[in-house]
Amino acid sequence: MKHLILSAAALALGTGAAMAQDTIRMGSEGAYPPYNFINDAGELDGFERELGDELCARAELTCEWVTNDWDSIIPNLVSSNYDTILAGMSITDERDEVIDFTQDYYPPTESVYVAMSEDADLEGGVVAAQASTIQAAHVAETGATLLEFATPDETVAAVRNGEADAVFADYDFLKPVADEDPDMMIVGEPVPLGDGIGMGLRESDGELKDTFDAVITEMKEDGTLNELLIKWFGEDTTTYE
Amino acid sequence: MLDFCTDPDLLEGGRWLACYLTTGKHMAFYASFGTVLLLLAVTAPVALLFGFGGALAARSRIAPLRWIGKGYTAIVRGVPDIAFFLFFVIALDQGIEWLRHQVKCPDWDLPIRQGNDFVVCTAAKMPLSAAPQWVHEVYGFALAVLTFAIVFGAFAANVLYGAMRAVPKAQLETAAAYGMTQRQATRRVLIPQMWVYALPGLSNLWMILIKATPLLFLLGVEDIVYWARELGGAKTQIYAYPHPDWRLWYFLALLVFYLLLTKISEIVLERVTRRLSHGQATMGGRALRGKAA
Repeated sequence: MKHLILSAAALALGTGAAMAQDTIRMGSEGAYPPYNFINDAGELDGFERELGDELCARAELTCEWVTNDWDSIIPNLVSSNYDTILAGMSITDERDEVIDFTQDYYPPTESVYVAMSEDADLEGGVVAAQASTIQAAHVAETGATLLEFATPDETVAAVRNGEADAVFADYDFLKPVADEDPDMMIVGEPVPLGDGIGMGLRESDGELKDTFDAVITEMKEDGTLNELLIKWFGEDTTTYE
Repeated sequence: MLDFCTDPDLLEGGRWLACYLTTGKHMAFYASFGTVLLLLAVTAPVALLFGFGGALAARSRIAPLRWIGKGYTAIVRGVPDIAFFLFFVIALDQGIEWLRHQVKCPDWDLPIRQGNDFVVCTAAKMPLSAAPQWVHEVYGFALAVLTFAIVFGAFAANVLYGAMRAVPKAQLETAAAYGMTQRQATRRVLIPQMWVYALPGLSNLWMILIKATPLLFLLGVEDIVYWARELGGAKTQIYAYPHPDWRLWYFLALLVFYLLLTKISEIVLERVTRRLSHGQATMGGRALRGKAA
């Protein structure tokens, strides 16, 4: 009898292991360097790619990356076209009503304005932001006219060609833009927004959420997450205690 | 990849450009032209088939068939393409998965719709999660082709329906007088003669289909528009080949591609029209006879 129970338990464990080996499809945008972008070889690259691969390796999951437009990245998650979102997506209450988030893997950060001149009108002018982002929501609340675009790249292009007075986005995305283009600069005060960046999952996928939560905790504790943050965002970036 | 491209930072001028234009990402861009041509090559005949079926159904003497034929063209022609594309692809995908779920997982006790989530059992996923990425891409492409074929099939059905009615009645009466059955007259007299009447409408449709191919981008297929936007966007130092906003040049290349494609199509379609006009009681047919005499 004891044998029977043991083998039944082994069988149950065995099926559990088989479940764990299912391929997890990881969704990303591929247009938000250095978080995630398509490199010159045509492959997804960036902080989230490296982090995601490491998380999957630690959780012993087989993962496959998929890129999807930002606009439809949540709808395609809930209709099960892929299982996770790692796309620089800030944890917000609005999003949390539709999907679930793991704990943050990127600490709460500041968003900044970038413009072509120091005296750009951030309160009453035209400010470009990517549609359906916390930055777009923030601009809508200020007095500025919000100009939305589908991709991050277009928001910067709008400032370059004079369509918008400034662009508002995550500091880490805009910093290289401002650094490398002598005509562009960070203007105004940084604005702290959001509760950090987390991995998005379907609300019905509690088990997967717990798995990833556990490995994120592990990476925070052994310092490997901080190493990744410094590698991709520089020495000055906010790290975990 | 050319052999001198190992360190892009040291390259200049023509060499830089040569290396830049042969990156893996550019190769994907070039391949996506093939995707567009493949879409056209598959969609056109399938749409024609749908149109043919729709036109025959709309002419049918059996009432339900007629309703289906007319309903198909009326519904699809009346809905904006983009709305139809966005709705249909999701509906089709979820419909297929729902059906597979019913067949493969009869003892699944959780609801399929959990709040916002659409969750079917692992075995019912289409394609399976474990399938390699190219299978997912082929599946997405197939859904796109089917949607294109349904949309353009409805327009083709209308064109063919009109063309069938344009064949002179005397031709069909003569066929009947020779003792042909309705079916024989349709196959031997009506269909061979209708093409010349259908051609102007069908060639229009072909042109519109060519120009509608960027809708692929909307369906998540990585087509030429996707890659042009992705490659053209300004690139910072994090990329191996940083450059400013070059979208203008990439979109210009698309413009040239589409103009070439439509120009070639025009030439080919003109030849087909000439050929089909031989011996026809149309202006074109008469003009050809006039020249011969």
